[in-house]
Amino acid sequence: MGKTLTIEPISRIEGHGMITVTLEDDGSVSDAKFHVTQFRGFEKLCEGRPYYEMPSITERICGICPISHSLASGKACDAILGVHPPETAILLRRLLNCGEYIQSHALSFFYLSSPDLLLGMDAEPAKRNIVGIIEAHPEIARDGIRLRKIGQQIIEFISGKRIHPAWVVPGGVNAPLSAEHRDAMLQMIPEALAIITRTLTMFKKSLENYREEIATFANFPTLFMGMVDADGNLEHVYGKLRIIDAKGHIVVDNIDPADYQNYLGEAAENWTYLKAPYYKPLGYPEGIYRVGPAARLNVCNGCGTPLADQEWAEFRSLERGPVMSSFFNHYARLIEILFSIETMEKILADPALLSLRVRAIAQPNFLEGTGCVEAPRGTLIHHYRVDENGLMTWANLIVATGNNNLAMNRGVLQVAKRFISGSEEISEGALNRLEAVIRAFDPCLSCSTHALGQMPLLIEFRQVDGKLIRTLQRG
Amino acid sequence: MSHHPKGKLRTDLNPSRLLTFKIDDRDVSAREDESILEVARQNGIAIPTLCHLDGLSERGACRLCIVEVRGVAKLLPSCVTFPRQDMEVITNSERVVNYRKKILELLFTERNHVCSVCVSNGHCELQNLSVELGVTHVRYNYLYPEHAVDASHSRFSVDHNRCVLCLRCVRVCDEIEGAHTWDIMGRGITSKVITDLNQPWGTAETCTGCGKCVQVCPTGALSEKGKSVAEMIKRRQFLPYLQMMRGRQEESWQK
Repeated sequence: MGKTLTIEPISRIEGHGMITVTLEDDGSVSDAKFHVTQFRGFEKLCEGRPYYEMPSITERICGICPISHSLASGKACDAILGVHPPETAILLRRLLNCGEYIQSHALSFFYLSSPDLLLGMDAEPAKRNIVGIIEAHPEIARDGIRLRKIGQQIIEFISGKRIHPAWVVPGGVNAPLSAEHRDAMLQMIPEALAIITRTLTMFKKSLENYREEIATFANFPTLFMGMVDADGNLEHVYGKLRIIDAKGHIVVDNIDPADYQNYLGEAAENWTYLKAPYYKPLGYPEGIYRVGPAARLNVCNGCGTPLADQEWAEFRSLERGPVMSSFFNHYARLIEILFSIETMEKILADPALLSLRVRAIAQPNFLEGTGCVEAPRGTLIHHYRVDENGLMTWANLIVATGNNNLAMNRGVLQVAKRFISGSEEISEGALNRLEAVIRAFDPCLSCSTHALGQMPLLIEFRQVDGKLIRTLQRG
Repeated sequence: MSHHPKGKLRTDLNPSRLLTFKIDDRDVSAREDESILEVARQNGIAIPTLCHLDGLSERGACRLCIVEVRGVAKLLPSCVTFPRQDMEVITNSERVVNYRKKILELLFTERNHVCSVCVSNGHCELQNLSVELGVTHVRYNYLYPEHAVDASHSRFSVDHNRCVLCLRCVRVCDEIEGAHTWDIMGRGITSKVITDLNQPWGTAETCTGCGKCVQVCPTGALSEKGKSVAEMIKRRQFLPYLQMMRGRQEESWQK
């Protein structure tokens, strides 16, 4: 009689998820699944609300990436108004996004994943958390905390509030930037650059310790999707989508996000609340694709900023074609932090940044609008329909993590097959790797920021008929 | 307490009597036609209010201004209660404060007040009162009534989820603008403000589109369309001027 192994909740991710591994009689893995066990319902609850509330309603989806939701939502509302926000508003929105990337990627790398990376996948669970990092590597912990703080401060300087600022509005933004705040941001750049350079050097040196993880953390051919600018360079806010195949050939380029439904289908499974988008022409589930930091670096022709370009070239030299292992998302995150700092520096030097014209005013002119940005975790699409009075009648959100649903499931299976086999005793390190492959995607299952440190982990050994054999508890 | 028929007194023939009484152990003097609330405010004694607005008639609807009067078992709304000689009023006893909190909590349970996505966040009288009175939790079950937003007006929208039934909109529309577009229908907890004959605001023929109702609304229930979270800052300073300039002294609507 086979068994099912359950890991719930998955620790050190954003939100609530569960992993189940089904074992054959001989203890070998027959299947593994990544379940998202919470349901939010934002698409439904916003029905009947005025479209202009959407940026702030959808911001509340998440405490870590509210900026991404407000940007995608703001862009969808721009489309409903039928306006082009003033140039300064676009600069400011892009600048805000830089702060978001710095803080969100720093959170993922330092707070959530560095315990695995620096203390080891097999380290004692009680130590394998940010507190353990503070003890073992205080300078790295300090860097991580400082870098995240810089990102948060940038958001605050621009929008007035670190989380849920409600500053992105339909048609632009609700307040211009002051010269003092611009100068304060400029002053933080050297420190941020120093931290990220140190961290990149440290991380690259440590890569060879993770050969096993690199080989198995969702290391398989899929399509990749990401946003690029007009030159094909990395872009997070205002660009078009590009999809490449596992060999690196461009499958579709220059996709206007408003046409996303021509390319992306959405499947639902009865064992998870997370929908599974797929590339429509290939069907479900063959149309598996990945988004996120590594995917973005795979699809673009370069970063377009000098330091990040160097790192990008080195990153892409890891493999002949696109970088396949999702383990390298950690690496790509650091490069994107560097890219964001450089982009920020560029935007801050733009004299148009301080203009007071930051908002286009209009009534809703169209009954439908789509907004798309690259959130730290991947492509984020907001699609709204409104009635004649501007009240929401329908919404569809494809949230970054959803795009990776198929890949995360296959990644969990790959890790399970490699690290769990035959023997009765399943090591704690193997279980941690099951969680760590999910962490590599940095999924945002909800909006919770309290995943810091050790969350309780309950493992249930069940027979296939559901009978509980044994329970292990941690935390 | 008797409600003095203010409008019917000729002040030249019947000069208001002056009387003295106590508020929170302080001796105060007042004209007999001044409410306890007015006298308290003149003396720098704070009494929270929600439905009261300078420039509009009193309604006594919200009950937040309740005070204790020695010798009277009931709590009395100070905005529509008038002083008597030697009366002793207590504005901040534990009993009074507890009731005020309960009233606020009940207001929150009756509709769907979600500050985080509200246009009036940070500029809301209901929110400010909660902070002032230290209402951090609501002890009663929320009712989650289903209320639609009416965005049919070209410039304004009404979100009944955020309405506290203070009826300032009804009063300002009737007393200052003279249109009487707003009114109230239903009873008790099912009461609802309506425009004209309970029809979409955009189709209300009497509405002049002046927007006074929006400016006097204490919450985000009435707002200008297109405002984002926390952007709806209401301007109310015009009220006393309008009242004066239009020559509509309070007698004309208090008969």
